[in-house]
Amino acid sequence: MEFRRQNDCLEISELDPFLAELLRQIPESCSVEGVEAAQQRIFSQPAKDAEICSEWKVYVEPELRRLFRSATETVEADLQQLNGCTKPFANCTLRIPTENAEAWLNALNQARLAIAAKYNFTDVELGDHYRSPIGSRRDLGLFQVNFYGFLQEFILQEMAGGNENR
Amino acid sequence: MQSSFGSSVENPVIEQETRSAEELDLPWQVIVHNDPVNLMSYVTMVFQKVFGLTKEKAEKHMLEVHQLGRSILWCGMRERAELYVQQLHGYLLLATLERTN
Repeated sequence: MEFRRQNDCLEISELDPFLAELLRQIPESCSVEGVEAAQQRIFSQPAKDAEICSEWKVYVEPELRRLFRSATETVEADLQQLNGCTKPFANCTLRIPTENAEAWLNALNQARLAIAAKYNFTDVELGDHYRSPIGSRRDLGLFQVNFYGFLQEFILQEMAGGNENR
Repeated sequence: MQSSFGSSVENPVIEQETRSAEELDLPWQVIVHNDPVNLMSYVTMVFQKVFGLTKEKAEKHMLEVHQLGRSILWCGMRERAELYVQQLHGYLLLATLERTN
């Protein structure tokens, strides 16, 4: 897998089918429906004060839901490129327009937080970036959190570099 | 016979103010709490974007969150504090607003 910036795109090339599949799972991983811990983390309390919290639920939470959904939809649309890989087991290339970088950072973060909350990973587990092999759905979840974090780092670095060069 | 002016007007009822002057004056703090999932570089970027901080200052706050568990990012009027917390939640950071003691 290779990362590079190509004009107005962030390009991830040589994506093997397994990593491509993990990318396809980003929108689905963002979903917090039916997972109480994930819902509590994504829509965390803004204060200890009950009145502030209840107002927040009515006025702010719907806005946040719209924002998160919009980021996920942008990522989902970009991921359509991966459906062009018709040959089985062939490597793919994904191009993320730089104007969508913020949406990607947001969706990747939603997915990482939702997965981490769902599996209740400990700080030690989250800090262990070399854990292997993947032997269960939970291990795969931890791998996803790390892989999406790696992708976030790449996007952040490229965006910071791009801004400094301007 | 009562005059139609003046004396028929009842004394106005002054409702009791439920918040003390001190309470109204107290500023609110925007606090960001530690989260083992959010990347340090991501948190730094968010602080720069939301509060317009320099990279050095943003990193200082990020490290405070990481090492001490929380950092006060801003202090002032409630309305603006709420707006900052909303923006931070938009970036999925654990942020709260609290009244200063």
